[in-house]
Amino acid sequence: MHPPHPDPLPGGEREIAPGGQRARKSAFHILPGWPLLVGLIVLLPVLRLLWEAGDAAVLTRVLDSPVTWRATTNSIAIAAGATLAAALIGGPFALLIGLTNLRARTATTFALILPLMIPPQIVAMAWTHLAGSGSPILKPLGLAPPVGTANPVQSSAGMILVMGIEHAPLVFLALRAALRAIPGDVLEAARASGAGPWRAVRGVVLPLCLPGLIAGLAMAFVAALGNFGVPALLGVPAGIPMLPTLIYRRLAGFGPSALPEVAVLAALIGLVACLGIALQTILQARIASRLPGGARPLAPVPLGRARMTVELLAWGVLALLVAAPLTALLATSLVSVYGLPIGFGTLTLAHYREVLALDQVGRAFANSLLLSGSAAALLALLAVPLAHAMALGGGTGRIARAVGVLVELPHAVPGVVLGIGCILLFLKPLPGLGVSLYGTLWIILAAYLVRFLPLALRPVQAACAALDPAVEEAARALGAGPLRRLVTVVAPLVAPAAAAGGLLVFLTAFNELTVSILLWSQGRETLGVVVYALEEGGSPTLGAALGVIAILVVLAAMVAAGALGRRLPLGVVPWKN
Amino acid sequence: MPDSVMPNSFHLDAVPIRLERCGKTFAGGARALEPLDLTIRGGETIVFLGPSGCGKTTTLRIIAGLESPDPGGRVLFGEEDVTALPIERRNVGMVFQSYALFPNMTVAENVAYGLKVRKLPRVDRARRVEELLDLMHLGEFAGRRIDQLSGGQRQRVALARALVVRPRVLLLDEPLTALDAKLRDSLRLEIDRLLRSLGITAVYVTHDQGEAMALGDRIVVMAKGRVAQVGTPREIYYQPADAFVADFIGTMNRLGGTVRGGMLSLGTALLPWSGPDGAAELLVRPEDLALAGEADGHLDGTVAAAVFLGDRTRLVVEPADGPALTVDAAGRSELGRGDRVWLRVDPARVLAVP
Repeated sequence: MHPPHPDPLPGGEREIAPGGQRARKSAFHILPGWPLLVGLIVLLPVLRLLWEAGDAAVLTRVLDSPVTWRATTNSIAIAAGATLAAALIGGPFALLIGLTNLRARTATTFALILPLMIPPQIVAMAWTHLAGSGSPILKPLGLAPPVGTANPVQSSAGMILVMGIEHAPLVFLALRAALRAIPGDVLEAARASGAGPWRAVRGVVLPLCLPGLIAGLAMAFVAALGNFGVPALLGVPAGIPMLPTLIYRRLAGFGPSALPEVAVLAALIGLVACLGIALQTILQARIASRLPGGARPLAPVPLGRARMTVELLAWGVLALLVAAPLTALLATSLVSVYGLPIGFGTLTLAHYREVLALDQVGRAFANSLLLSGSAAALLALLAVPLAHAMALGGGTGRIARAVGVLVELPHAVPGVVLGIGCILLFLKPLPGLGVSLYGTLWIILAAYLVRFLPLALRPVQAACAALDPAVEEAARALGAGPLRRLVTVVAPLVAPAAAAGGLLVFLTAFNELTVSILLWSQGRETLGVVVYALEEGGSPTLGAALGVIAILVVLAAMVAAGALGRRLPLGVVPWKN
Repeated sequence: MPDSVMPNSFHLDAVPIRLERCGKTFAGGARALEPLDLTIRGGETIVFLGPSGCGKTTTLRIIAGLESPDPGGRVLFGEEDVTALPIERRNVGMVFQSYALFPNMTVAENVAYGLKVRKLPRVDRARRVEELLDLMHLGEFAGRRIDQLSGGQRQRVALARALVVRPRVLLLDEPLTALDAKLRDSLRLEIDRLLRSLGITAVYVTHDQGEAMALGDRIVVMAKGRVAQVGTPREIYYQPADAFVADFIGTMNRLGGTVRGGMLSLGTALLPWSGPDGAAELLVRPEDLALAGEADGHLDGTVAAAVFLGDRTRLVVEPADGPALTVDAAGRSELGRGDRVWLRVDPARVLAVP
């Protein structure tokens, strides 16, 4: 016991009671349920679509039409085929990278994931150039189909192959995440019990990562169902109707008068997608609940003398599936006359000069930069307080976590669902403002904000969940209110994750086609729309040149994300192992 | 002298703290803390001690303002009722097990944070930060990043950061638990010195009885959401209020005996004893049992284990019936497993089970 000091230091009295006596009311105090507002706004387009699709007369008419059912069965069958293809490509790579001592892992992963980062219409375009009669790669080898015959990838099988390659990374990432969650001792315990390495993998590891594999398959199925670029470039020329292209053609052909009808079609594809989303959500919850956390990862299983062979095989597959089409695209963009063999005499940069000089290309670059840049910045800014609220206890935290699940929906459903929902929502003038967003860039920005919020949110959420709650409690004890804590403590700590999330949004939105093809208007083109229009409009070399430029932008953003990745938790930058 | 290393100028007010009927029931109905009444005197260091889940951290967080007590509970700092004030406005200093330093700031920026919040002018801020860094022997680290510091240095920064705002009470939540044994001892001495010289009211939570004994003016032993005993370290050790405290603090032996007519028969011994006739359960510390010869021993048994600890050898002795007893022999004792020994009980030190 010590007597209170009789003579406190002058100025030592508590002249500094924090906050004084006046309660500081911040937005956080006034609106503890603000995340709920975010959740509601984000769900509006989808809700608006469902309301529109409830019209019984239109519903019966659309559901009675044979085209509806042809497109639906095509969509489901081809998406299922593409899912199988994605599993056959992504699964083995996930096992090789996740379990064995394969070398050049980061490069292999990067190459495998690249098709997911490149917009589907550009991948599809690359494949038509690779497999077409004018193929710059197959023709010199004498393997190109004869002139005048149909391009072999413009078929159901072609769509299955290309979408399978596009979505193989989804299976790969889900399976690799499941493998990472398995503690290393499990494999060691199996081996200590006398099982050889491969028997231990088969008996213990594979059953444990099965939910992850199935979740990845569900993700690939939903992605294939909503894919617009591949059916547009490979299905439409072959006369194979699919739901996203049917919706686009109806809307392009009949304008807003077709809205009630396409709303039903969009709801239909949304419904099928929701089955896949539900499966995926359930399985991922199961994986998360079983994850012990902080466990030592699996020790790689040595491939032994087979390693070189396996590596050559893996690189061969990637060369065929990824490098070959991209090389064909590059060659097409560099050859002076479409169909000529590439050589010193035919090499030219003229197409690049020409395409960059086009009015709509300049506009599209500006529009896409503006749209994806502002969506990335706004979403990264929004993600910080939202992710932070999700890590809180109490009512606000519960609401925010529920909202965190809800905002996944507009991202998970096919883009046409969101696109049609946005048209329905913004066609009429905004209440109070008297102006309609339809036909402006704003409607595309609104759709991007709603669709890509989860991309920005996920990394920040992971970073916020990893923060020691005591750090913020320490700031509270020192008198810092909610807003100050957010700005001075939380935001600096999760800034790298927010930047990575923003980059991911930028990457995705910059080349996005599915949503903007429904929402663009003259003078408001996005880059994705212009690439598609050039290819559709019979300018393959110009389309190829613009596609190559788009890929270069993607690569630059990926390199930037990779540079940030060193300061981020594992899993935020997908190709880091 | 401890005070010789401290700048004499830095003293803090000694604010008494009163908890009235402070209970805590969490959502879902789990009772973390039974309603608790406790007065912490101004300038006192009080230690909450107990196993995990006993409610000690909940009590600390109620004092801090990180949790609010169930309706009806009140927290008073001096005469001021602070129950409704969030932690931001209670002016408390808090030190955490995980240090909870701001990794995006330097040592000096960490210490200055609370002063910035209080909008102190830059000049005063710099002076106060320097004062605290000197107090904690951190002057040379002012510009360092947090990840360039050792665990002990980090916790000293956390102490400086908590104290610079001249808090009304210093709350320490297992501040030494994350440190290795050697550092823990030296930082414990430093905290002890600091608390004595500052004269601040301090609340210290730990599961380590050694820390509690060394630092606490009084110890509050807690179990399952209840206070088991409040007392000075000596009271807690020598007069445990119940069997839980007796077992939790130090090592305690249990003995069975019989009382008849004011005499307790314990093994071969007959000791004067006041208590009702019948079987009695008794407690005795290892240091109050002594090895003896066959002639003057009260109990006999076989050595089941002998642990050499350097200064002494700790023996576990199994009597013919009853639980095993722990007793200390000299370090150089050659006794080992299987040896037969006799033990003598100091009757004045034997406690009945409360």
